[in-house]
Amino acid sequence: MTNRRQTLLHAGLALGGLVMLFPFIWMLLTSFKGATQMINEPLAWLPGPWRPRNYPDVLDEVPLGRAYWNSMYIAAVTVAATLLTSAMAAYAFARIPFRGSGPLFGLFLATQMVPAQVTIVPLYLMLARLHLIDSHLALILPAVANPFAVFLLRQFIRAVPVELEDAARIDGAGRWTIFWRIILPNIRPGLWTLGIIVFLASWNSYFFPLVFLNTPDLFTIPLLLDAFHSQRGGVDYGLTAALSAMTVVPMLIAFLVGQRKILNSMASSGLGGR
Amino acid sequence: MSAATRTTAPRRARPARPARPAREPLWRRRDRRWAVLFLAPQLLALLVFLVGPLGYAVVLSFMEWDGIGDATWVGLDNFRTQLTDPYFGRAVWNTVKIGLITVPGGLVLALLLALALHGVRGRTAYRVIYFLPVVTSSVAVSVIWQMILGGGTDGILNGTVRDLFGITPPDWLADPTWVVPAIAVVTIWSSLGLNVVIFLAGLATIPPSLTEAARIDGAGPWQMLRSVTLPMLSPTVFFTVVVSVISSFQAFDLVYVLVNPDHNEGAQTIVYKVYQQGFREFHFGLSSAAALLLLLLTLVVTAVQFKAQKRFVHYES
Repeated sequence: MTNRRQTLLHAGLALGGLVMLFPFIWMLLTSFKGATQMINEPLAWLPGPWRPRNYPDVLDEVPLGRAYWNSMYIAAVTVAATLLTSAMAAYAFARIPFRGSGPLFGLFLATQMVPAQVTIVPLYLMLARLHLIDSHLALILPAVANPFAVFLLRQFIRAVPVELEDAARIDGAGRWTIFWRIILPNIRPGLWTLGIIVFLASWNSYFFPLVFLNTPDLFTIPLLLDAFHSQRGGVDYGLTAALSAMTVVPMLIAFLVGQRKILNSMASSGLGGR
Repeated sequence: MSAATRTTAPRRARPARPARPAREPLWRRRDRRWAVLFLAPQLLALLVFLVGPLGYAVVLSFMEWDGIGDATWVGLDNFRTQLTDPYFGRAVWNTVKIGLITVPGGLVLALLLALALHGVRGRTAYRVIYFLPVVTSSVAVSVIWQMILGGGTDGILNGTVRDLFGITPPDWLADPTWVVPAIAVVTIWSSLGLNVVIFLAGLATIPPSLTEAARIDGAGPWQMLRSVTLPMLSPTVFFTVVVSVISSFQAFDLVYVLVNPDHNEGAQTIVYKVYQQGFREFHFGLSSAAALLLLLLTLVVTAVQFKAQKRFVHYES
């Protein structure tokens, strides 16, 4: 009975998994096809002949390496700045009693509700005045303001035993030493969770780069793919698919390598309701 | 105990109390300085990049301005224009429709998958596979799905259906009636894994003693789900509903790259309007008004959910 149930569940889950995987498989198959192969009738599933040349061909046309570097360092700087500043603020809210702490935290909670899209026009005007439009700072600076991050890390810091802090204080540690040596090492899971969330958000971000960047050399990966796709996507299926594959597959491999940590971190992000 | 005497004693001695700073212990004054220091970077970023622009958006929404010439004060005209514009109404309805399909559809599917995964051995592989779209950028998701759904009758989906069954399905991304369901399907595909992982974590926190007790009391699988699993999972479900609704209201990336709403008004959403009016037509006032209406919609719907949760969500006391 239970064996039959297991088999049935596995069959259903495997079928679902196939649906989840199919778009990736189709992308890979298409990336080896020639331009004419897409309009054949009846449909050809497999490439014939296989055209691995699509990959070097599309690399000749777009600065993908550049986009990788851009996306990589923007995400890295954003993650580092967000983790540090939000952990600092979270520590102040969780452990330093000061007047106005409650209402100020309320402000943080309230601004969490404001979608970034709401402020896009004023943000654009402000950054234009600061001559930051068409620069990577336009992506990094606004992303650091992250009330959700403060909220999340405050939850983690509150779970750190106060006794640890007291012991350090008796040993003569100041607030900064306590924060750096006691608090941060003890909220490592929270930092991982937040780091992964912020990294993915930055890496995959499209709306802000679309509005703020104009120069192709500054483009992030999603913007580069979008630019190529909107010009040639309807014609050069093979090249477009090859470019998508080169943006997607490295991320998938990175995910597979770190899947245990990433999945556990993302799982705990959802327990905010408790 | 010493803390208690410290706070009550000065109150009794108020008339004779010397100036406060002299009385205040040194560590507390230092602490206040530390609090300011620790808060400063985030607070500054918050004020400059969130609160300030929000206020600026409100001001802009009462103006007519193209960013170059003079701004003129137009009062509530921008809001009036949006609310009486059938295209904006259509965009609101499209946005809501996407939410009405993706939130219940996506979450029920995620819940079913999580329940199935919870009862199965060797779930790691499935968890990983279902999560793959979550780490894929929305642009790549759109590009890939356009190859599947698009291309008229020659696309992989419609071509296969035609070859196998001899019927012609609608042109999903070009047909104004079918484009929203198509967007919803792609949205569900791309966020399913995250919700599955969150639900699985929620299921893992249900104490086995509880399910064991229910089993001993003779609860069948359906009763178990209704009376034990769902109530215990309800805070997690509530959290995912709130987050999913908010993100469905912000639908843009998938819509913009997958469909190109310039040519298909069935796919125009509120954020698309914000973008189009702001950065194509340079009506900064109109665009800000649309953005604020989006914020209002988000706040109202979230407030309603928080009200409703009292009846549906079960919190461990």
